[in-house]
Amino acid sequence: MSRNPDDDTAEHAADAAVRFDDVSMRYGRGPEILKDLTFALAPGSFHFVTGASGAGKSSLLKLIYLAAKPSKGLIHLFSQDISRVAVKDQPFVRRRIGVVFQEFRLLEHLNAFDNASLPLRIAGQKPEEYRADVAELLTWVGLKNRMHAMPATLAGGEKQRLAIARAVVGRPDILLADEPTGNVDHEMAMRIFRLFVELNRLGTTILIATHDQDLVARSGRPVLHLAQGRLSLIAPTEATT
Amino acid sequence: MSEMFDITRWRPAPFLPEADARDGALVFVVAVLSFLACMTALGVIAADRAARGWADQLVGEATIIVRPKGAESPDSAAARAAETLAGVPGVIEASAMERERAYELIAPWMGDVADLEDLPVPRLVTVRLDRRKPPAVALLDAALRAQGLDATVDDHSVWIKDIKRSAGLARWIGAGVFLLIAGAAAAVIAFATRAGLAARRDVVEVLHLSGAEHVLIAKLFQARFARIAATAGLFGAVAAASLGAVLRLAGGGRGLTPVLPIAWFDLLALLPCPLLAACVAALAARFTASSIIGELE
Repeated sequence: MSRNPDDDTAEHAADAAVRFDDVSMRYGRGPEILKDLTFALAPGSFHFVTGASGAGKSSLLKLIYLAAKPSKGLIHLFSQDISRVAVKDQPFVRRRIGVVFQEFRLLEHLNAFDNASLPLRIAGQKPEEYRADVAELLTWVGLKNRMHAMPATLAGGEKQRLAIARAVVGRPDILLADEPTGNVDHEMAMRIFRLFVELNRLGTTILIATHDQDLVARSGRPVLHLAQGRLSLIAPTEATT
Repeated sequence: MSEMFDITRWRPAPFLPEADARDGALVFVVAVLSFLACMTALGVIAADRAARGWADQLVGEATIIVRPKGAESPDSAAARAAETLAGVPGVIEASAMERERAYELIAPWMGDVADLEDLPVPRLVTVRLDRRKPPAVALLDAALRAQGLDATVDDHSVWIKDIKRSAGLARWIGAGVFLLIAGAAAAVIAFATRAGLAARRDVVEVLHLSGAEHVLIAKLFQARFARIAATAGLFGAVAAASLGAVLRLAGGGRGLTPVLPIAWFDLLALLPCPLLAACVAALAARFTASSIIGELE
């Protein structure tokens, strides 16, 4: 995608939270999944990523949360060229990014409370500093009565909400979510969306990959649409939520 | 229910699951290796003590072969030699070996000879020396020659050298076997770490993507396998100490183990085994885990 003058993010390309310059990606020797992507997300922006299954939405997110490397091009996060970030410093970049994985990736041997507090523990915070916040967040996502539950005993929607709680608990600078409302009912989907909006108001850059066209339409947020490996920007419509 | 979940009493759970079904097999293998390492250590200690004992014994003694000259009888020549040597500084005692004892010594080579009196059987004089200041062979030789005696002095130096060389060789072999066992233990731990990481790849990836530093993840596996190896090392050391105690009780230096005399305090040498096993495991796990986590980048 070329930079679109209507895209508010492009104006802040120099100090963007995320910036792709001519980025392509392939797995092994396979075909290019993503082709020549060039775009920037300004700090505090809110975007959706849409596209058919296999269009490369998850791959795009993987590039941003440093789980994959581009086969071509440059990626900047927080104005840093990530190819120049030393391996020992990459964990500190990752801590600024919250991720809601499509398959949740909850740790099965930890209860909901431990799972939700994981990023804070990894960041070295003490339990007494964060346990009240974690409890409040779990209550907010409707898991007040499930804090002790192990993931295996949680329903699909509960797992998804727990995964979201874990992703946002550290108030990341960037939140990436891969189909975050795929397993919840409409009411919970809107509630989760409002949580993302609230985080966005606090300054978090949000990028959500979704098939939920209704959510996208109601949100009134700009959309990055992937088709055949290429990205195009769809301008925001008026929000109805 | 939430009423049951008191966040004020909540304590973070370990990042890695507490137990793994394969832990039992790993404990067994490392315990066996620890047992073998401990028995090797006991063997080396006992061999060293035996060699030192034999060498000490030989250093304090010399044997003189006296050949009678002219009309002098062998017994008379031996008696004169003993008397002469008794006056040399550094000699505590010199005594001529009885004729029957000398015959007994050569009997294995001569066979059952009816009358040994006709044979020129040399006589032996055994000399006990001051271990702190043993006289030189030349001094003993000169004293005997001064008395017109045809004699050869054997201070056992050839044997002492052989024993010392054998003891040194035993120590090196023991150290080599010990290192081989430690290497095998490290390889087993590395293999187990790799398997453990593969089995917990989900955990490792989530920790990694949540911003855990490599060193934190590696330390989790390091601590886990160090604990397992310490436990296994304790089992191995206790088993080896038990066998050592049985051997000691069954005779120590004179009974079942005359060649490798085990002392009670030798068993103390097994105390560091759990710590050593833990260190080997920690190093192997750390190295393996770091290398695998590095592949995630």
